[in-house]
Amino acid sequence: MKRTENNMMLARRSFLKISLLAGGGVMLGLTTEHDAEAQGRGGRPSAPPEPQNFIQVAPDGTVTILAKNPEVGQGVKTMLPMLIADELDVDWKHVKVEQAPFDEAKYNMQSAGGSTATPVNFMPMRQVGAAGRALFVTAAAQTWNVPPSECTTASGRVLHKASNRSLGYGQLTAKVAALPAPNLDELKLKDPSEYKIIGHSQTAIGLHDIVTGKPVFIIDMKLPGMLSAVYERCPVLGGKVVSANLDEIKKMPGVKQAFIVDRPEITNIPLHYPDLVGGVAILADNWWQAQMARQALKVTWKEGPAASGSSVAFAQRAAEMNKQPPQRTLRADGDVEAAFKSAAKIVEAAYSYPFISHAPLEPQGAVAHFNDGKMDIWTNSQQPGQGRRLVAQTLEIPAEDVTLHMVRGGGGFGRRLTNDYMVEAAYIARQAGVPVKLLWSREDDMGHDYYRPGGFQYLKAGLDSSGKIVAWQNHFISYGEGEQFVSSAAMGPTEFPQRFIPNYALYASVQPLGLRTGALRAPTSNAIAFVIHSFLDEVAHAAGKDTVQFRLDLLDAAPPVAAEPAGRGGRGGFGPPGVNAERMKGVMHLVAEKSGWGKKKYPKGTAMGVAFHFSHQGYFAEVAEVSVDAANKVKVHKVWVAADVGSQIVNPSAAENIVQGGIIDGLSELMSQKITVEKGRVVQSNYNQHGMVRLAQAPPEIEVHFLKTTYGPTGLGEPALPPILPAVANAIFNASGKRVRSLPFSDSHFSWA
Amino acid sequence: MAYKLNVNGHIRTVDAPGDMPLLWALRDILDLRGTKYGCGIGECRACTVHLGGQAVPSCITTLDMVKDQPITTLEGLSADGTHPVQLAWEELDVPQCGYCQAGQMMSAAALLAKNSKPADKDIDDAMNGNLCRCGTYLRIRAAVHKAAELASAGATRSAVPAARNHE
Repeated sequence: MKRTENNMMLARRSFLKISLLAGGGVMLGLTTEHDAEAQGRGGRPSAPPEPQNFIQVAPDGTVTILAKNPEVGQGVKTMLPMLIADELDVDWKHVKVEQAPFDEAKYNMQSAGGSTATPVNFMPMRQVGAAGRALFVTAAAQTWNVPPSECTTASGRVLHKASNRSLGYGQLTAKVAALPAPNLDELKLKDPSEYKIIGHSQTAIGLHDIVTGKPVFIIDMKLPGMLSAVYERCPVLGGKVVSANLDEIKKMPGVKQAFIVDRPEITNIPLHYPDLVGGVAILADNWWQAQMARQALKVTWKEGPAASGSSVAFAQRAAEMNKQPPQRTLRADGDVEAAFKSAAKIVEAAYSYPFISHAPLEPQGAVAHFNDGKMDIWTNSQQPGQGRRLVAQTLEIPAEDVTLHMVRGGGGFGRRLTNDYMVEAAYIARQAGVPVKLLWSREDDMGHDYYRPGGFQYLKAGLDSSGKIVAWQNHFISYGEGEQFVSSAAMGPTEFPQRFIPNYALYASVQPLGLRTGALRAPTSNAIAFVIHSFLDEVAHAAGKDTVQFRLDLLDAAPPVAAEPAGRGGRGGFGPPGVNAERMKGVMHLVAEKSGWGKKKYPKGTAMGVAFHFSHQGYFAEVAEVSVDAANKVKVHKVWVAADVGSQIVNPSAAENIVQGGIIDGLSELMSQKITVEKGRVVQSNYNQHGMVRLAQAPPEIEVHFLKTTYGPTGLGEPALPPILPAVANAIFNASGKRVRSLPFSDSHFSWA
Repeated sequence: MAYKLNVNGHIRTVDAPGDMPLLWALRDILDLRGTKYGCGIGECRACTVHLGGQAVPSCITTLDMVKDQPITTLEGLSADGTHPVQLAWEELDVPQCGYCQAGQMMSAAALLAKNSKPADKDIDDAMNGNLCRCGTYLRIRAAVHKAAELASAGATRSAVPAARNHE
């Protein structure tokens, strides 16, 4: 199953660019010939090649590496520079890391989403470092008049062992600046056995600032003359301001400005709502004053068509739709009807999951300053480029006049992939004429999210007399319009177990929504995994089989697949080829071995459960050991994780941390998170109504095992999460005999012990 | 109204209404921005500070409630990161996004001030109010134990200050 490394960035032609810095330093970067696809999204012509700068070496030997992507806690500001530094052959402890400016012409896509940073950047970042190393070697070899092949490097120095001479990189900067760039394709990259930084745990860049309370987040930013802003939106999405008591508000303590942001009326529920919705902005000397003034705010709204929406009605409508023929067929393999007729056993179940909120701990916010026709924005966006285009479009100013400054985000989880709060800040700052820090309250956040879409799945499976699945049918009932789903709701036609069962049908029906939805960590998979792998467990029990062996047998039922494209943030279920059975069997065997599956004897009320899921190029199998008491109180004692994300874990410390975090995040979704709607309004407003796992509830042990394979390295932010929901749900069934088919489990009277 | 607050060992004057939460006085008036806002209702405890040695959520502690009790914020544990809790948090690479960690560290420091060798159960009880959206709880628990170790080693060292000067 050897395959070659395949990389999105390498699809473009890359060249090295060398620039001399003021003060005699040198800067190294990649020049990329942009492909039309990447540039075409904004409707613009291809940009001409420009330098991308990643490494600065000063004459005193100081090495500064620029980290290009947004950091929201996923560790990318540490991981990408590690790749460069190792190939450059410098000591990590002497490297300074800085956030690169936002400039996608120089850096290509600067975004944080889809667990893409590792697969996309693993090769090109190492090439940048290796090119730098090659230049210093060449410069030293010329200085000594020896062949470069006789030179080695270590700790930021070039060595010539034969003559016992050495030169630091800083001593070579002037010479390097005059050298031609090496051909990236001819660079010799390190063999993994030579890595000194990659594969070795490094603590996070920025860690010291965090533990000493330095102002590192948007909420901490201050500009001279800055006002703090709050923004009151209609509780019903898309509602329009009719009037507001602005005169009264303007007299409140500390309030400097108050104004209405007037947006076009929405008369029909659209598939995609605009990011900037109408509302009232209040600006004060400090945020608390603005927030206090807001309590006296009286707004008359025209609420619009979403005001009739309710969670109860959505569920009723879904149940009605399931009694009718599906609106669409997303996939049909074989003949499910015939297979059900001849099946020895039929298993049917209805599953559902709610809307949930991202609720990153740092509430949404941005700092914006409009001055002399130019907009400066400080942002923690996960998709700053999209935000910049949105600001330019909404304010009708050229995108070139919008400069973004990238700031660490206090959590992302997909919430910061949307740029509603960036465009709000920009709009308010232009009108205010002073620097503005917009900060949402937690209530703003929970009431105006781009929610993980809820959904309903009506499943049916047929078993033959030997207990093998011969037919699988799913009527997926979601939200949308015609053939389109609302954002992040779609279920892919190749989602598992498609291809593993000869007669397979996936049907879909949608109803209109009236909420904004978006990608939450492991989008689509965070819900689908719970449904598919809980139901699969039901089927395994119906077949009378061990639930691990049943899954392994199912994985054996499909032909091997061709190599999948790496470098994509692909979810399972979209595009070919879906799950690579060999890789999934690898992690299933590993997790069974590590957990001692089937070998432990537990008292009544304690059991293990298992599940796997493929998403975002990652193969994860997880086992949970769980106790359930008579009052449905649940304790997860231990979780075993087996993961195949390819040949190399770049930063083991961060990798373990984010996998454990994904497990705990998934447990919050399983037990307690639910957003409901009444009269078009989101009911929940804060963490007390949308719970999170707390320290005492978290599993005391989460053992993480990486199965190294020959596949290219892929990301970890997302794929650890989805399987934990069904693994724990299946363990709860094994421990208590209670099968819960609807999230969150608190609705079925379960709680943490 | 003018309040005299004893913050991190310094007397600071804050001219603000008595119902202003301490959180916002610290952040927006006294420029101590290490303390974070997360929920405003005492549910996430990102805003935890010490008030008279007790860990309290500063988002629901008003200026009127402070009276003459000394206040310690993260910046007051140590400016250079040498408090055992800060050292442990760095050594174990605890944070992901880092936003909740000021509150986590303040709860941990308050626990260790009372209980120099907490068991897991003590940590569960003392830290259960602090949410971590990234789910770094396993490292938080390990870091509290580590900080207890460092503090006890530090206590031994400070008993022989002469030797310490030569380090």
